[in-house]
Amino acid sequence: MATDLLNLSAYELAKTIEAREVSAREAAEAANARIEEVEDDVNSFVTTTPELAIERAERVDARMRNGGVKLWEGVPIAVKDVLSTRGVRTTCGSKILENFEPLYDASALLNYGEDMIVVGKANCDEFAMGSSTENSAYGPTRNPWALDRVPGGSSGGSAAAVAAGEGWWSLGTDTGGSVRQPGALCGVVGMKPTYGRVSRYGLIAFASSLDQIGPMTRDVRDSALLLQAIAGHDPQDSTSANIEVPDYLADLEGGVAGLRVGVVKELMGEGIEAGPREVVERVARGLEDAGAEVGEVSLPHYRYGLPAYYIIAPAEVSSNLARFDGVRYGLRVPADGVHEMYRKTREEGFGDEAKRRIMLGTYALSSGYYDAYYAQAQKVRTRIIEDFRAAFARYDVLVSPTAPSVAFGIGEKIDDPLAMYYQDLCTIPVNLAGIPAISIPGGLSNGLPVGVQLMSDHFTEAMLLRAARAAEEVADFEYTLKP
Amino acid sequence: MISEAEVRHVANLARLGLTNDEVEKMSGQLGAILDSIDQIGELDLEDVPPTANALNLTNVLRPDEPHRELPPDEALSAAPDAVDDLFAVPRID
Repeated sequence: MATDLLNLSAYELAKTIEAREVSAREAAEAANARIEEVEDDVNSFVTTTPELAIERAERVDARMRNGGVKLWEGVPIAVKDVLSTRGVRTTCGSKILENFEPLYDASALLNYGEDMIVVGKANCDEFAMGSSTENSAYGPTRNPWALDRVPGGSSGGSAAAVAAGEGWWSLGTDTGGSVRQPGALCGVVGMKPTYGRVSRYGLIAFASSLDQIGPMTRDVRDSALLLQAIAGHDPQDSTSANIEVPDYLADLEGGVAGLRVGVVKELMGEGIEAGPREVVERVARGLEDAGAEVGEVSLPHYRYGLPAYYIIAPAEVSSNLARFDGVRYGLRVPADGVHEMYRKTREEGFGDEAKRRIMLGTYALSSGYYDAYYAQAQKVRTRIIEDFRAAFARYDVLVSPTAPSVAFGIGEKIDDPLAMYYQDLCTIPVNLAGIPAISIPGGLSNGLPVGVQLMSDHFTEAMLLRAARAAEEVADFEYTLKP
Repeated sequence: MISEAEVRHVANLARLGLTNDEVEKMSGQLGAILDSIDQIGELDLEDVPPTANALNLTNVLRPDEPHRELPPDEALSAAPDAVDDLFAVPRID
């Protein structure tokens, strides 16, 4: 019974619960048991919350008797540990927030439902900064496909939890690829919605002009459903869009006949492993066979996305992480005098990558360097947006690999920041432009999953999901529980 | 490379303590990262407007109405030190 439940997609489970064939409580028990079974190997979570999950599931079951429960509410979920959960420890993968319990829930979680069945807080790179989940103060997460490899990052715990069936779906956050790249490396679907589509209120900020919460799921239909659950305007987030949320499932099976699909030339050559390129080519041919018009598109400033991002994101980090100063919450290292207290608290509380980004951002914003770095990077951002605008005049959807490689070994890149940053080459420009993108498993290379990234213009998630659903159909991949 | 003196200066601006080992490592790593970032300098962007927000949002306003926020005891509940409904810090030097 429990194993049968674990093999359902989130949508199928939701329908089964809706039909009263199974209770939300039984689903929560199955997730808890699976976590118990594999968590020692995978380490997807900083904190597991089995009792909370049961308690919330019972409340959902009770409410179902009166009706008015949304389709997805009975499905247990893993939540990245940068999303505030009222009364449940939220560490951001950092020692500085080791004992921090938020006073409120993130708006996206409340959108999902008042009794969201949270099975645990998923591990991540510290404050979502990294591409391997090795920058967590709570140990690395291991890729369920190969336990000696990284799951990607920063939402590596959220990705691994879905790949391992520790729950049916999860929430991640994506600032430069942190949902899509781990999705690609773990063989699950990861989506970054348009900037503003999902409220950031209660998401502990990394780079506020780039951050967005996104679904991580077993298939594209689940992504559509989970986006439906979390999207919407929120007065608490002034950057959230006051635009109606369409029905993402309505036209999901509409196919790609007549859709114009452009393969990004700059991401199909040097610097990208042959495996991912071949998988993308195969999926593009499949879309063509399914009726899409497939061509090649050039985004000439794409390669400048990476350096521009490594100015803009750290600049925002240096500002956002200033709040961790030992005064209002989190760690305090006692010292004589307030300045020494700040320095010692931050020295002890932050890990290597957080320190590196704070330093980089502070340097780039400091007197004498601002114009050469930050101002120039913001202009590059404009150029990247213009490239996308030109591309979307000719194509509805752009396609590329999600990551330049398959999952790499734990420890392999941790001492080489530049090699680690390169993991986000294909995903970063999407955040700089604020457009939506989704990574779907397109096939395998050397036995490991490869992600195919699809991108589209602002607030066209319904079409993007429809294209991704068609791509999933032609991809050589099927979800099975790992390990 | 950026000099160790410069690393210490920036760390001080960020109120970030670093060990001597970290200063040495940071000097090499930040230098390498900045070198790779320097390629954005090769673009001619003189007349290009900067982008701070991809959706070009301008001021988003709301009605200025009083509403209940966190009560003081709750707001202070996670603080390392509090005195008389206030956050407490060491002497300001």
